[in-house]
This record gives sequence, structure tokens and C-alpha cells, in this order.
Amino acid sequence: NPFAKGLLSLLSADTLDAATWDDLEASLITADLGVGPTTELVEALRKELSVSGGADADRAKAVLRDELLRLVGPDTNRGLNLTGADGVPGVILVVGVNGTGKTTTIGKLARVLVAEQHSVVLAAADTFRAAAAEQLKTWGDRVGVEVVRGPEGGDPASVAFDAVAKGIADGVDVVVVDTAGRLHTKTGLMDELGKIKRVIERKAPVTEVLLVIDATTGQNGLAQARVFAEVVDVTGIVLTKLDGSAKGGIIVPVQRELGVPVKLIGLGEGADDLAPFQAAAFVDALLEES
Amino acid sequence: MFDTLTDRLSAVFRNLRGKTRLTDADIEATTREIRLALLEADVNLAVVKEFIQAVRERAKGAQIHAALNPAQQILQIVNEELIEILGGAARPLRYAKKPPTVILLAGLQGSGKTTLAGKLGKWLKGQGHSPLLVAADLQRPNAVNQLQVVGERAGVQVFAPEPGNGIGDPVAVAKAGLEFAASKLYDVVVVDTAGRLGIDEELMRQAAEIRAAVNPDEVLFVVDAMIGQDAVNTAKAFAEGVGFDAVVLSKLDGDARGGAALSIAKVTGKPIMFASNGEGLDDFDAFYPDRMASRILDMGDLLTLIEQA
Ligand SMILES: Nc1nc2c(ncn2[C@@H]2O[C@H](COP(=O)(O)OP(=O)(O)OP(=O)(O)O)[C@@H](O)[C@H]2O)c(=O)[nH]1
Ligand SMILES: Nc1nc2c(ncn2[C@@H]2O[C@H](COP(=O)(O)OP(=O)(O)OP(=O)(O)O)[C@@H](O)[C@H]2O)c(=O)[nH]1
Ligand SMILES: [Mg+2]
Ligand SMILES: [Mg+2]
Repeated sequence: NPFAKGLLSLLSADTLDAATWDDLEASLITADLGVGPTTELVEALRKELSVSGGADADRAKAVLRDELLRLVGPDTNRGLNLTGADGVPGVILVVGVNGTGKTTTIGKLARVLVAEQHSVVLAAADTFRAAAAEQLKTWGDRVGVEVVRGPEGGDPASVAFDAVAKGIADGVDVVVVDTAGRLHTKTGLMDELGKIKRVIERKAPVTEVLLVIDATTGQNGLAQARVFAEVVDVTGIVLTKLDGSAKGGIIVPVQRELGVPVKLIGLGEGADDLAPFQAAAFVDALLEES
Repeated sequence: MFDTLTDRLSAVFRNLRGKTRLTDADIEATTREIRLALLEADVNLAVVKEFIQAVRERAKGAQIHAALNPAQQILQIVNEELIEILGGAARPLRYAKKPPTVILLAGLQGSGKTTLAGKLGKWLKGQGHSPLLVAADLQRPNAVNQLQVVGERAGVQVFAPEPGNGIGDPVAVAKAGLEFAASKLYDVVVVDTAGRLGIDEELMRQAAEIRAAVNPDEVLFVVDAMIGQDAVNTAKAFAEGVGFDAVVLSKLDGDARGGAALSIAKVTGKPIMFASNGEGLDDFDAFYPDRMASRILDMGDLLTLIEQA
């Protein structure tokens, strides 16, 4: 990772001139942190290091790591809220732009929930994309969980409603609702998403709204998070495709601005490739040479 | 604080107004804003550096015989440099002398390959071709069904001899698809492949094997316009691992600035051929470098701004 190497050699220099700070600022940007958070981070480092006089590499690294960790939020509660009200199931609504990994994440999450002795129903409320329901059904079969489907092109809200109704009737613990990928700029589709949530809540409160963000996403991730948070009150983020070469630094500004914690990470296409998000490990990976 | 590059640049240009020469300080102030704008648009850092260097150089050389005012001059240089990189060697789809023409789609997971297969199929059919879509993603759950549905919607044949979901050999399917097309007189074959990571050596090797088996006329690298700094690593990995001839930018219907277009065009030198801008089968278009330049800088119509500066 040229970013980390460049950064640390810069920091370990005894005197840091303006051009060096400029480079440093730009280096952080390569991790997709964005100009705003990068500037903030650099300012914090600048202050810290100027107070203490010169900087050696180890201390500089520690300061940088601390600052990043502070932005990511080391002490945040990242548990999923699965507990439904008054004997109704917990409901997890999974949302995001196209192709980020929503359906796959639901498959993996169902596997984890089942392993933790929860009974689960999945709702195939993506009635739009070609073979989306089949894809969720394959995941359901793979992890041994029932999937409620509707007609292709049908009303996604009613599929979600039916699934929650079935979850209540069967007395299951958790209903996980898959939704079609939609760009946050499409107001019609965002309204539809709001409606899905409202319709579900005629039956049971939605206890967790997970926004799935692809780790390769650049600065657009922040715009996505803002709009989805506004429309469906996102309670957690899933950062997928962290098994690739992208660092997923966009979640730093997302957490900073929205205060919505990353709860889970996706590390592959297999059923077991889902893990809890750990702030320290994430920051270390961000700074790691690769 | 200024929100957009237009605001920030006009602040810089306000100071420039009336001058007949650009000082180094003027050039620095302006290129610094442009640098920030490019980074905010997700253009890769190394690419930004090179780009800014080129702009700076040209701005310095241009100051002696300036016909435009300084502001117009810098913007015009930026615009020209952007378009040159984005529009380098743009060309139409290449068809085989002896049909069938083979188009192979490759890219990261979820970038829009399967959807593009349907779009290409429909478009080719409209052009009087008889395309065949080949389902060589046998990995991602129900990728085969997805292509079948997409093909049905597009009114185009799909060759899907294997069910997928882990069953079947994509190299064999691609090869069989080509033979099937030749025997049934389909004249364009579009091969859909599984999404794969640049750093996944095994799957990259598989992509190269598919390529070797079908000897495509065009390998199209499909990339999501929302991608960030990693675009360069990924594009390089695909260029080396499987090799591609042109780029398709997808999901341009959103509000991502699409700096990846500049990064990828710059580091691979490959043309961007199509812009994919929606989930519908008609939602794609040729790629327009001038529109993309304005989009990346978030400046509406750059040329108009140059005229008004
Ligand atoms: N490498 C990797 N691939 C992933 C991960 N999560 C999902 N994918 C792949 O990304 C692609 C898209 O995943 P989906 O689950 O279909 O994404 P989605 O958000 O449901 O997509 P739409 O419903 O079309 O919006 C598939 O090829 C998945 O196998 C991950 O963590 N790592
Ligand atoms: N808004 C928008 N969505 C798109 C566009 N192209 C594809 N999509 C959507 O993006 C998601 C992923 O598209 P796919 O065609 O399945 O992508 P893929 O590259 O085949 O994915 P894998 O096979 O899983 O690697 C789907 O929800 C598509 O409908 C586009 O140009 N605009
Ligand atoms: Mg899905
Ligand atoms: Mg596909």
C-alpha cells in the first residue's frame, strides 16, 4: 500500500513542509476517505504533532491510527436489533443501490441467524430485477430458510407484508426483507421503498434497516447514505466486497456524518463470508501495506 | 466555503480578470481547485497528479500568446485535456470479417454485465443482427436464469446448456456457445461471465481461458460509475489478467461524478465505448467525452462556461 508507506515516511520527517502536508492530504484520499474527512484528519495530526514538536514514525503512526479510529468510532454498539415487539418477529429491511450485495448478504445473514438458533423467514421483495426472487430462493435453500415470494413485477410492499404476516403466524424470530437495488436519485423508487417500510409496519415494527454499501464505492457512497437514511431511517451499514483491493474508506465520512455504524462486512461470495465489523481491524487494514 | 467547482473557480477567476498574463501563482491557485474537484469526483490520485501537471505545463506555455482571457484559457486547457483522455481513439463496435462476431463481457461483481448483455442483444437485434447471449456465469446464484429472463425481455436467444449455481464449466459453455451460433447462423455472440475481483488470480485465469476459447473480437470491461480510487487497480488487473479492448461505464443514471472514466482511460489507454444509464434494456448510449468532462468537473456545459468566463 503506497499510501501507508508514503504517509509514514512523510510523517517521520522531522520538519513537515506545506507540500508534504498537501501530499499527505492527497494520500489519505486514495483510501476513498474523501477530501473533507482527510482535511480534518490532517488538521488533527498537524495540531497533535506541533504541540509535541517533531514526530517520529512510531508516534506519528499511533496518532494517525487513533484519529482514524476516532472517526470510525471504536466504542459504537454494532449489534443487530432482532428483538421484535410483543411477540412479533424482529424485521430486518435490507436496502441499497444496484448490485452492492444485498441479496447475497441476506443469504449469509440467514445462515448466521440459523446458526444462532433463530427461526427465519426471507421476503423476496425485489420483484423487479430479472430472477431476483429465484436468487434469494437459492440462498434460502442453501441455508435452509423459507422464502416468501410474489408474482414477478408485483407489488414489493405486499410481498414484504405477506412475509411478515407469515412470520407472525409461524412465530418465527426474524423476517429479513430483500429489496430491489435502486439509485438514491430515483425519487419514485425511493418513495416505493418508504412505502415498503410503512406497509411492513402495519404488521410489525422494522427493528433494523441495513444499508449495503460496496467497498469499491467512491464519494457517491455518502450521497447514497444520506438519502437512504432520510427515506428509511437506516440503523446499520453492511460494507461488502472487502475481500477485494478496495479499502472501503467511504464509510469513514458516512459514519462521521450520519452516525450510523457499520455493523457487518462482506468478505466473499460464499455463505460464510460475513463478519462483524471491527473498527480497529478496519483501520489497520486501511493503513496496511498491501 | 464554496460548494461547487464553478463557484470556486469563478472566485479564482475574479482575481484573474483584467490580467493579460497568468502568473505562476494564478496557475497554482486554479490547478489546486481543479485538483480538488477531480479528487472529489473519484479520479485516481496518480491520474490527477499527471493531469494537473499537463494542465500546468500547457498553461505556462500558453501565457505569451493569449487570445482568451486567463480564466477562459485555463478552463479551455482543462477541457481539452479531459476530452483528449476520455475520447482517445473512440470507435464503434468491431465486427468480425467472418461471423459470428464474439463480444466477451468482464468486470467486478455487480458491475452490470448481465444487464448489459440484454441491452446489447436488443440493440444488435434492432441493427438487423441476430445475436445470441451465452450464459457463462455458472457461479453466481441464478445468473443463468437472470440472463434467460433478460434475453426473453430483449427478444433474443439465450444459449444456456448448464444450470449454473456451481454446476458446469464456463469455458466449455462459452466454446459450445460459439459453435452453436456458427451452426445456427447467429452473427453476434455476447458471452456473459461471472463477476470477479481483480485480485482473484484463479478467477482471472478462468477469464483468460474463456477468452482463449472464444477468441473474442471485443472484450468489454464493464465498470460501475460509482467506483472510487480502486478503479485503477481493478482496471489494471483486468487489463493484465484477461485483457480488454474497450470500457462500458454503467449506472451513469445516478449522480456519481464518474471520475473512474478518466482514471481507466488514462491508465489503460482503452476507449470508453458505451454508457449504461438505467435498468431498462434501452438504457444505454454511445459514450460522449465532452459530456463526461463536464460531469466529472460538475460544471454543466464546460464550453459555455468557457465562452462566458
Ligand atoms: N467478492 C465479493 N462479492 C460479493 C460480496 N457480496 C456480494 N458479492 C457479489 O456481488 C454481486 C452482486 O450481489 P447481489 O447480492 O446480487 O447484489 P444486490 O445488491 O442484491 O443486487 P441487486 O439486487 O441487483 O441490486 C454478486 O455477484 C455477488 O456474488 C462480497 O462480500 N465479496
Ligand atoms: N441504475 C442502473 N442500474 C443498473 C445499470 N446496469 C445494471 N444495473 C443494475 O445493477 C445490478 C447489477 O447488474 P447485473 O447486470 O446483474 O450485474 P453483473 O455485473 O452481471 O453482476 P454479477 O453477475 O453478480 O457480477 C442490477 O440491479 C441491475 O439492474 C445501469 O446502467 N443503471
Ligand atoms: Mg438483489
Ligand atoms: Mg451477471
